[in-house]
Amino acid sequence: MKSVLTPSAAVPISASGQIGRNVWAGLCLLLAFAVGLAFVAKGYQLFQATMVVAYAIALVGLNMLTGYNGQISLGHGAFFALGAYVTGILMEHASVPYWATVPAAAVVCLLAGYLFGRPALKLEGLYLALATFALAVATPQLLKYKHLEAWTGGVQGIVLMKPDAPWGLPLTQDQWLYLFALAVAVVMFWLAHNLLQSGTGRAMRAIRDHAMAAEAMGVDNRHYKSMTFGVSAAYTGVGGALSAIAVQFVSPDSFTLFLSISLLVGIVVGGVGTLWGALYGAIFIMFVPNLAEKVSKAAPWAVYGVVLILLMFAMPGGVVGLLRKLQAWRAARSH
Amino acid sequence: MNELLHQTLSGLATGGIYASVALALVMIYQATHHINFAQGEMAMFSTFLAWMLLQAGLPYWGAFALTVVLSFVLAAAIEFAVIRPMHKAPELSVVVVFIGLLVIFHSLAGWIFGYTIKTFPSPFAANAWYGSQLMSAHEVGAIFVALVMVALLFSFFRFTPLGLAMRASAQNANSSRLVGISVGRMLMLGWGLAGAIGAVAGMMVAPVVFLDPNMMTGVLLYAFAGALIGGIDNPVGAVLGGFIVGVLENLIGSYVVGTELKLSVALVLIVGVLIVRPSGLLGKKIVTRV
Repeated sequence: MKSVLTPSAAVPISASGQIGRNVWAGLCLLLAFAVGLAFVAKGYQLFQATMVVAYAIALVGLNMLTGYNGQISLGHGAFFALGAYVTGILMEHASVPYWATVPAAAVVCLLAGYLFGRPALKLEGLYLALATFALAVATPQLLKYKHLEAWTGGVQGIVLMKPDAPWGLPLTQDQWLYLFALAVAVVMFWLAHNLLQSGTGRAMRAIRDHAMAAEAMGVDNRHYKSMTFGVSAAYTGVGGALSAIAVQFVSPDSFTLFLSISLLVGIVVGGVGTLWGALYGAIFIMFVPNLAEKVSKAAPWAVYGVVLILLMFAMPGGVVGLLRKLQAWRAARSH
Repeated sequence: MNELLHQTLSGLATGGIYASVALALVMIYQATHHINFAQGEMAMFSTFLAWMLLQAGLPYWGAFALTVVLSFVLAAAIEFAVIRPMHKAPELSVVVVFIGLLVIFHSLAGWIFGYTIKTFPSPFAANAWYGSQLMSAHEVGAIFVALVMVALLFSFFRFTPLGLAMRASAQNANSSRLVGISVGRMLMLGWGLAGAIGAVAGMMVAPVVFLDPNMMTGVLLYAFAGALIGGIDNPVGAVLGGFIVGVLENLIGSYVVGTELKLSVALVLIVGVLIVRPSGLLGKKIVTRV
């Protein structure tokens, strides 16, 4: 079985755990831009921005599993759906406030991911891809299952209310929701960064690069692999929960195989095994389908497919891989 | 009892179709160690080509042969134009390319031929002597076609120099190059064969499930399950696995859980088999030297 290691993944995230001053400045600038967007963008654009944030969180989760731990998943749409449904069901049937449903979705997905990851330990490479592929295909059916209909609302789904800004803040619902999602994303990215820089993150990468050597060095492969599956599912679930609040609606047919495939496409386009790749990937899966529709109304997905293949030709390491190549090229020229 | 027999036999018939698609998957896997996620959509597109030829007035078997040839050429061209440039790219990028192909074929079929459901004729007359109450003539025919394909492929790989060259280049590309085999050409041939097999499978399944761009999605999943159950590196295993999945799907669907959870059954089957036997029923166990 070939390794899923990519050229970009072989480069460490940063030389050590230290964050340089430049990077801090860049991060602050990005954050300021993201917050500023809330006051510039309007209505539908804000909704799109919120969705980008939600997808980015989900992609960080999938990247942890696939990029950093080497387990391919084609079924993360299932965890996205689970997170969305936890939010939907809690808000609809238990009148839980929207903000409390997000950690609840994380916990439920952590458990579900761990439970799926445990038997999936035995599966490697493409076999795991196929098992998760099956999970993605089965998800809409399971959500429509008639004995669960009392909670899931069956084919009809669940309609949700958009939350108001609290404490009398002078923000519209869209603005508040976007800022809320952004705050969640900042926390999630920060946690992910720390996790990946820690000994746990090193163990995850060691398993990806050489499972047997990692085992020999005392890494508990079974524990780390199934925990990574759980944490990854939790991230994706949080993304799903945020998207459910933003869309104000959950239904089985929003979580088809196509969603899972889009998530995988997102991490590969962004850059496998990179934290920031998630952001580029989220932008891609949010906007490129719309752009494709503008190019050709008749066969938008054909355009999308062609764009995808051309992108892979041009930058097999994703956007971050390309940026790193440019950086290395500039460094080599300046010497 | 009669009902049980009927369900089992019609399961065998759908199993024949899964077996054919599983066979196509195994073909490409053996040659390239990739799983072609676009296999189902390529087969669906081929079936639309056959439908178009039939609409143009060709007799069934003429259209059949022409479709197989066209699919062969199309798949070989895809290998040459799209897959070959990616041979050094990371595996996940190749998976994404397959996904790109999948959406392209899906979208093109919908665009060119429309999303309305079409009927597709069966080459086996409904009142043929081999049809009965238990198994329709088409079902018998589909099984027969699947078995013939396996036999042909088996003989091709086992008894012809070309088949030997293909097996060699799949097993050890570098050594094959040294003895003068053009590995690239073998890969193209492998893709072409898989495309042709997929086309036959598509034409066999279309009379049962009707022809539309979504026709192959479920079939592809069951074919995966079949290929995995039998062992992804073993053509005979893939066919056996396809039949097993077909029968189990039908029996479980009609007696245990009902039709709406059929796909979930496939999920449980895949995960179940892989946990007990990670390399499938007939697959080779891979031992790595450290």
